[in-house]
Amino acid sequence: MSLDLPLILAQTALLLLLALLLSGLIRKWKALLQNRRGPPVWQPFLDLHKFFRKDMVISEHASWVFPLAPYLVFLTSLSAGLLVPMVAAQAPLGLFGGALALVGLLALGRFFLALGGLDPASAFGGMGSSREMTLSAIAEPAMMLAIFTLAISAGSTNLSQIVLASQEPGWKFLDPSHALAFIAMFIVLLAETGRIPVDNPATHLELTMIHEAMLLEYSGRYLALIEWGASIKQLVLMTLLANIFFPVGLAVKTTTATFGLGLLYLAGKLIVLAGIVVVVEMTNAKLRLFRVPDLLSVAFMLAMLALVSTFLFR
Amino acid sequence: MSLCGYAAGAAGGLLFMRREKWAAAFSFGAAALSGLSGLLAALLFLGSGAAAPSWQGELLPTLIPYIKFSVRLDGLGAFFLMVASLLGCAVSIYSLDYAKGFFGRKNVGVFGAFFNALLLVTTLTFVANTIWLFLIAWELMALTGYCLISFEHEQPETRQAGVLFFIMSHIDTGFIILGFLLLFQVSGDFSFDSLHGLGAKMSAGKRDAAFALFLLGFGIKAGIVPLHIWLPAAHPVAPSNVSALMSGVLIKTGIYGLTLVCFEFLGPPPLWWGVTVLVAGTVSAVLGVLYALMEHDLKRLLAYHSIENIGIILMGLGASLVFLHEGHPVLAALSLIAGMYHTINHAAFKGLLFLGAGAVVRSTHTRNMEEMGGLAKRMPDTAFYFLIGAVAISALPPLNGFVSEWITYQALLQGFGTSESLWRLVFPLGGAMLALTGALAAVCFVKAFGITFLAQPRSEAARNAGEAAPSMRIGMAVLTAACLLLGFFPTAFVRLLDPLTQQLTGRQISGQLSVANGLVLASLTEKAGTVSTPVLVLMGLCLLPIPFVLWLALARKTKTRRGPTWDCGQRGLTPQMEYTATGFSKPVRMIFKALFRPRRDTQRDYDFSPYFATNVRFESHIEEVFVQRLYRPLRILIVRVSRRIRALQAGSIHAYLLYIFITLLLLLIFAL
Repeated sequence: MSLDLPLILAQTALLLLLALLLSGLIRKWKALLQNRRGPPVWQPFLDLHKFFRKDMVISEHASWVFPLAPYLVFLTSLSAGLLVPMVAAQAPLGLFGGALALVGLLALGRFFLALGGLDPASAFGGMGSSREMTLSAIAEPAMMLAIFTLAISAGSTNLSQIVLASQEPGWKFLDPSHALAFIAMFIVLLAETGRIPVDNPATHLELTMIHEAMLLEYSGRYLALIEWGASIKQLVLMTLLANIFFPVGLAVKTTTATFGLGLLYLAGKLIVLAGIVVVVEMTNAKLRLFRVPDLLSVAFMLAMLALVSTFLFR
Repeated sequence: MSLCGYAAGAAGGLLFMRREKWAAAFSFGAAALSGLSGLLAALLFLGSGAAAPSWQGELLPTLIPYIKFSVRLDGLGAFFLMVASLLGCAVSIYSLDYAKGFFGRKNVGVFGAFFNALLLVTTLTFVANTIWLFLIAWELMALTGYCLISFEHEQPETRQAGVLFFIMSHIDTGFIILGFLLLFQVSGDFSFDSLHGLGAKMSAGKRDAAFALFLLGFGIKAGIVPLHIWLPAAHPVAPSNVSALMSGVLIKTGIYGLTLVCFEFLGPPPLWWGVTVLVAGTVSAVLGVLYALMEHDLKRLLAYHSIENIGIILMGLGASLVFLHEGHPVLAALSLIAGMYHTINHAAFKGLLFLGAGAVVRSTHTRNMEEMGGLAKRMPDTAFYFLIGAVAISALPPLNGFVSEWITYQALLQGFGTSESLWRLVFPLGGAMLALTGALAAVCFVKAFGITFLAQPRSEAARNAGEAAPSMRIGMAVLTAACLLLGFFPTAFVRLLDPLTQQLTGRQISGQLSVANGLVLASLTEKAGTVSTPVLVLMGLCLLPIPFVLWLALARKTKTRRGPTWDCGQRGLTPQMEYTATGFSKPVRMIFKALFRPRRDTQRDYDFSPYFATNVRFESHIEEVFVQRLYRPLRILIVRVSRRIRALQAGSIHAYLLYIFITLLLLLIFAL
């Protein structure tokens, strides 16, 4: 496989821009459902612009590990995004890593972010790191199992191969095992992107924060990179969910028309998914921290059932 | 052969050091050189491909008829020799300065001698070609191991751990001797050559019995749950260079033995062996990491992680046995590669972490993480090496732990399609548990690194800590380099495993594992899954200009200043307000409380209302469920039985004469 440079650049740009747009869209819809007008959809762009131009204050207790986190969070999310088929069925760098590498890269970013949370010696940061790492430790196996279900159906752990396998005859859309895996994966999505009922992205109330608590000491462009990275991660996970469970409309051939169509399909799927996320956020309350593992165990059990039913229905 | 050079070097160091008390340099220097030569020998052997004949020779002229000390070097032995030599070399360099800490209070010469002896006998274990030599080396390993663990025998804790290790080692030797006796019964010869493929000649019951004995025996040495209890006791109290060796090499002898016996001697394996090993591995991995999370003794934490990693290695081995049973030699080779790759990876990163922990303990004089903190500023090099080790052991890309776990996942996933039996569910479930293990390991190492190296120092000792001595840093740098190389060049490394897989499964699959000129690691076919750690790194580097350009465009004029951490308007943060290791793992303790059964005591002293306590004492304690449920009743039983038996040893000579008479009588009766 040769490297398709324009495709890589296009997907990078798409990840960088669409991520912020998606965050803005979710924020706007939430506001509308709460009878508020809400900030414009492009507000995240303005926020980032502002963060970048701000001076930074770095904690006097922080060591050299502290500045690593923003870069790693940003770079790992972006790299992970390049492994996912977004518009074209063949992800631009799909050969160099599949589902396992994607999960691993996201975990690498989280690892350093958690260290960054501990570094400034604040109790909030430590609390955030501890909670984030613990919850993701339960969410990650559920996600792995859900991906395994598809990987076993497709005979490959590479995401592009999974999508391509689904184009072939004999692939059943959302057969029972895939449906179960999808639900499991959706719960994981809520947890990993810090949404209600697991975490509240809008809160800055000290004792309920999870993700935000780790970022408290970051400011200026570091904060911008972390926020951007988090939003790219959200886009990546949502795209993953949309494209491997509903692999319609991805461009198999490389023509402008198929790319355009692919982009439209992607937008459509993301909008639907964002809508579901918003509705879930609006209709649920945040769970108590020690109830969250129950929810995640449900995801794990569902994914396990998905796997077992692969065995039954084949 | 340079192998002889290695043995001679280690022995030379041993002899030399008995006299020169202060010249630690000689003994550890000799050990380092021997390690290097052993590494080269192994690399030469493995590099020359599967065509290389296995080399054999007599170690000593036959002094006693019937007992032969022949050695050989084959794919399996050479691989383990490589692991041992790599770690031996790095640890020896580290020890040059580390041993200085014992000057004036301990006999460093004896320490160096035992250190060399341990390396020597471990090497002998890997190259032994007769049961005799193997068992003698095995026993000497237990003895030298005991001496090294008990080196700082002033502490009662150390003595206890030493004795525990001693007892467990002898139980395992006992099982192994029994196992070999079963084999000998069939083969009638003590040489390993005569044991090859013996499984086909043995009756099924005997074969299973031998397997069970070997699994127990080697399992104790490797630290499989629930046979692991010596590990978390012995690793922390030993000097840190010894802990690194024990964790990296000593427990791997168990893996070596199990591989040798299951694949070479007793194969072809029935299904239940593979499934047993796979399940034992899974249980060890998950429980190992869960108990590790509860530790705040840095070295004990690492010891529990050894149990976890042994579990991951066994998952590879177990899967391989299952595939052999089902007649998929290629998949068997893939899983075997997964296990062996993880073996060397574990030696590299766990050795590194123990050496790092040793440097930290040396500077702070405590193993308790709650008294550390802020060390990243005070010992930046050590912190960097430890961080690399932590990322590697957490199976995060692009380092070596990720690569070997990736191969393990691939092997497990492909295993699903191989049979129609319900047993195949074991593979994806194993995969899920592996995912849980990896994720929990990441939690544990955020804690281990974060609490130890980051934030404010939590004690005076940590505040005054200084960087490790130069040779210690070089030793760590060697292993860091090993972690990076093993992570970045997996396709080159799997080529070295060809002789091993050829020997044990009859297949060489390194060609199938590498696509795009070795840039990309594939799981047998390109379609089934690919990953490329070097490209992932490159990708990160290529994306780095994005934040840089934005910085140039927007943030060039911004200033960065240092300020206090937000303290809610109080008067400054104190180390007491930081998150502790115990606090960090609290959510995990809550989630898995059915397993941990934490015992908590809270005492409040108050004057008028419990809400205004003047003094609070909190104690939390976790005891391993196996110690509680299995070993304690066992110990009580043994003590009780011994007490009964003691009546026999009355000390009266008449009684003893009577025993002899009765024995004689019985023997005569049997003889007739």
